[in-house]
Amino acid sequence: MTASSAAAMRRRWRQPSVLPGFGLTFGLSLGWLTLIVLIPLATIFLKSAGMGWDQFVAVGLSDRALAAYRLSFGTAAAAGLVNAVFGLLVAWVLVRYTFPGQRIIGAIVDLPFALPTAVAGIALTALYSPSGWVGRFLDPLGIKVAFTPIGITVALVFIGLPFVVRSVEPVLADLGNDVEEAAATLGATRLQTFRRVIFPAIAPALLTGFALAFARGVGEYGSVIFISGNMPGRTEIAPLLIVTQLEQYNYDGATAIATVMMLVSFAILLALNVVQAAGRHRYGA
Amino acid sequence: MIRVQNVTKTFGDFAALHGIDLKIKAGEFVALLGPSGSGKTTLLRIIAGLEFQDGGEVLFDGEDVSSRSVGERQVGFVFQQYALFKHMTVAENVAFGLSVRRKGRPPKADIRARAEELLRLVQLDGLGKRYPGQLSGGQRQRVALARALAIEPRLLLLDEPFGALDAKVRKDLRRWLRGLHETMGLTSIFVTHDQEEALELADRVVVMDHGRIEQVGTPEQVYMEPASPFVSDFVGETNQLPGGIHVRPHDIELVTSGGIPVVVDNVFRRGGSWRVEGRIEGHDRVVEFDVNAANPAPMLGETVQIQPLREREFQKHPS
Repeated sequence: MTASSAAAMRRRWRQPSVLPGFGLTFGLSLGWLTLIVLIPLATIFLKSAGMGWDQFVAVGLSDRALAAYRLSFGTAAAAGLVNAVFGLLVAWVLVRYTFPGQRIIGAIVDLPFALPTAVAGIALTALYSPSGWVGRFLDPLGIKVAFTPIGITVALVFIGLPFVVRSVEPVLADLGNDVEEAAATLGATRLQTFRRVIFPAIAPALLTGFALAFARGVGEYGSVIFISGNMPGRTEIAPLLIVTQLEQYNYDGATAIATVMMLVSFAILLALNVVQAAGRHRYGA
Repeated sequence: MIRVQNVTKTFGDFAALHGIDLKIKAGEFVALLGPSGSGKTTLLRIIAGLEFQDGGEVLFDGEDVSSRSVGERQVGFVFQQYALFKHMTVAENVAFGLSVRRKGRPPKADIRARAEELLRLVQLDGLGKRYPGQLSGGQRQRVALARALAIEPRLLLLDEPFGALDAKVRKDLRRWLRGLHETMGLTSIFVTHDQEEALELADRVVVMDHGRIEQVGTPEQVYMEPASPFVSDFVGETNQLPGGIHVRPHDIELVTSGGIPVVVDNVFRRGGSWRVEGRIEGHDRVVEFDVNAANPAPMLGETVQIQPLREREFQKHPS
């Protein structure tokens, strides 16, 4: 290869730009990502690859594991959806109105980020157990929250809320009044304005928030184990199953379950990202 | 006909409008001209129904619309930053006003045809499938206009419609808007801080300052017979000579003797004349005036004698 064609190759790979340091920053971030994320994840694959297919299926796709995946992904999705609705509501109120105590409420939203999740789990269990403050009113109605999938969802809603609020907030603030006013001058009702103008504009951010809350919910352990009751096949989440395997020194089993979780999570998050990128591309913004 | 009667508006402690009275005839093209903070945009938004006055009333064809919502007033409003719906195509943007109608919504095919017709009108035919993000500023502004016209407004309101565009596009769009106003028989009010724009485009100019109307008149009246020192200063260029005399740069001529002595600081060409900047001798007051470029340009540092041809004298603090 001649020097000039090598230069041409390099140019194709990287457009000339005034933004400096592409090579350096790209290299550093790739290195960092490798060190922090890729190598640890790769060791899981390596470990599970060493155990052989039959054993992998026997543990990773056992009935107990499948029930745990279903529960983990199902409750995380349900909690993500609940958060998408109510997180949007909280963001809406925080952005669009000024009221006394606004900053305090803003700080409270972030608390689930900071709080040790076990604390949340204990508090929620105390509230929702049949004798708890809330559970005692639900129990006569035949609604059991603690030690059921509903309880798990409640815990995941708690820890996932800030993801949605913080994703949607800046986009909502950025939207500005004028598109809403424009819709009003064109005769749209408030509902039409929300449905056709505001919601589509914040939908990508809402999807991001949902994805983050969902991902967090799938991996959540601390707050769930108290409220779920941990009955195998019924209220046992996948992360707990992994810990159980570890406690029995079954490291292969733990990595098998972890591998399945990782693949499913990656597929879901990738799909959400693709959907979003498609939306961005479409609006040409 | 639009009537604004004794409209007042305050934002907290700030009085944005003090008792505004204004009449606008059907078919008129009116400019609200003033510096920022003069209340011109507030007045426009009150007429639209995007803002509500504290006192006074707004009448459309004799009917008090003060309690009518913006949607009921049937006004077309063009926003300074376009306010297009980014996630909708250009055609969907234009069709929005028709597609949200609850009573008498036309069939889908009719709405589509109408949107296409409007896009042709604003010379954007063929771009209906694009998204606003893929258009230039001037094109976006025309989409905003087509969208506003789709609801067949009885009044078209434009808030600094050319503010965000570059000079050339602005000039073309201005001329084109004037033509559109005439062919469609619209009644239009636009807000601007650019006096040139107001004088070129409007049938009548409303000059505003500090929440009051300073003068209402044709561009010729406002320019040639300013009613106050503010109008004289804000509309067109004005020199203040000693003794409260206001004179336009093109209303000054050079004389050989007996004029006001001026030391020349700077000379540059402006079209067919020299623009001379200088200081009145003994005062620190800056004077600008034009000298026909057929004559040699005055030398820097030279002292020349000037004579006002047309001047206006204002009493101090007429209000």
